[in-house]
Amino acid sequence: MNRVAVVAWNTFREAVRDRVLYNLVFFALVMIAASILVGQISIGIEQMVIVTLGLSAISVIGLLIAVFIGVGLVSKEMDKRTLYALLAKPVRRWEFLLGKFGGLLLTLALNTAAMAAGLFVALRYLKPLERADLAVLVAVYFILLKLALVVALALLFSCYTTPLLAILFTAGLYVSGLFVEEMRTYHSETMAPAMRAMLRWLSYVLPNFENFDVMASAAHGRTIPAALILQNTAYAAVYCTVLLAAASVIFSRRNLK
Amino acid sequence: MSSSAIEIENLTKDYPFGFLHLKKKTSLEGLTMSVEHSEVFGFLGPNGAGKSTTIKLLVGLIFPTAGTARILGKSINDISMHRDIGYLPEQPYFYDYLTAAELLDYFARFHEFTDIERRERVQRMLKKVGLETAGKIQLRKYSKGMLQRVGLAQAILHDPKVVILDEPMSGLDPVGRREVRDIILELKREGKTVMFSTHILPDAEMLCDRVGVIVGGKLRGVGAPDEIVDMKPRGMEIFFEYSGGNANLRALLSKATQTGKRYRLQVAEDEVYATVEQLRSAGAKILSMTQVKASLEEYFMHLVETDRAQAAAVEVSGK
Repeated sequence: MNRVAVVAWNTFREAVRDRVLYNLVFFALVMIAASILVGQISIGIEQMVIVTLGLSAISVIGLLIAVFIGVGLVSKEMDKRTLYALLAKPVRRWEFLLGKFGGLLLTLALNTAAMAAGLFVALRYLKPLERADLAVLVAVYFILLKLALVVALALLFSCYTTPLLAILFTAGLYVSGLFVEEMRTYHSETMAPAMRAMLRWLSYVLPNFENFDVMASAAHGRTIPAALILQNTAYAAVYCTVLLAAASVIFSRRNLK
Repeated sequence: MSSSAIEIENLTKDYPFGFLHLKKKTSLEGLTMSVEHSEVFGFLGPNGAGKSTTIKLLVGLIFPTAGTARILGKSINDISMHRDIGYLPEQPYFYDYLTAAELLDYFARFHEFTDIERRERVQRMLKKVGLETAGKIQLRKYSKGMLQRVGLAQAILHDPKVVILDEPMSGLDPVGRREVRDIILELKREGKTVMFSTHILPDAEMLCDRVGVIVGGKLRGVGAPDEIVDMKPRGMEIFFEYSGGNANLRALLSKATQTGKRYRLQVAEDEVYATVEQLRSAGAKILSMTQVKASLEEYFMHLVETDRAQAAAVEVSGK
């Protein structure tokens, strides 16, 4: 386990030294600008606007990092051949993969936590914080779970295809995953039963990103049920495990040229 | 202890290619050889001969299509084998956001060292490869030669019993090559087994107890450098200075290679004394005499040309 932590720490160090966390400056500027403007253009819905804007920014920035850096986690090491010396050490390939995943997740967690702190500062600027604002914290946690899934997807694809295709596949699956409920419940008289069955099957296989979206509840200060928190945590953990196991199997058989 | 440090048996590597990966290119064909304990073994061959493929198979970067290999008695698929080997990749490249000290510290963490041991080893290795003053500079600012030295340091950091170096002298200036040679000799003195690939033949002749020559994915010869090239002396080369016009020497001088007043003349062994006497009596100054042997390079070139001729013959008969 120690070897996984060593790789993870180095991955985190790489992200920091490559100035990935500079996006926080951009986020801070968005939040400052929004806080100033929102009071002037909206009356009574300031909290909703700030929370929606803040959570959207956290999600988009996190997704960009998860996809673009996630895809490069393995492919960059193979292209630059930095992996060669490492894999000659007593480290298994799955340990390397898990370490890379953990390192990027740590980066995203830190980044997301910093942005969430910024969001709460902006909220506090508008009004005193109250218990209902905990829903915002849960929404941020769900975004992090979603990002973990996206990183695992990007890592899986980057183990066997080119970075460009890996980005396309990851983004494609992410977008598809936003519509799984519609796929499950879609009903049309003209649709063949086989097609309907396939759509239903796909809706269970594809990663369900819809479940992680509680932005509306958070913006309106509605409580998010504990069952959903548990369900989403378990879902993300199981799905990530399956994706990482598949990535390990593929990567363990891959010839490095 | 197993009989050999590295045992390779019928190792074969095919790479599929084409849109459906139905065609295959054989990079290594039935390689069987061994490297003994505490010997320096040179793996020679032109570019694309299969040297790097063999090394990558040994360190587990690629997987064999057929055959097996063992290092210190352990299968190359056994992760514990990696504790005892050090590996320098060809044209090494490392995380350029790290300093040399950080990189070595990172790699050292995969071995079971205490914190104090790890720090002490990192400093010792930096000193060994002459980078103690550059240890805190990010690797992105390093020259190729410096990266090669960092590569060597990470390969020997954990005091491995077997050190495998892929083209360690490639791209280095004469000073860098000399430093790498010294490190290899030091490893030999410490009793390590060193296997390195190269196409710089004088280095191999100078350093290796044995060499293996690989051409076109097939092993063409293994042995001590002087054994495999059948180094019977061909005669002597006499290097002399002469500025006179003695008519008796005209025949000799016509066979010599002239540079200013200096001449190089190759003569058969049984003619050496007579030739030297003739030169002395004509007033020539003998500067040196060297035995002329077939070189590893000639042997190597002969194998490469034979392989090319065979490939061309196959191509023609194929048409």
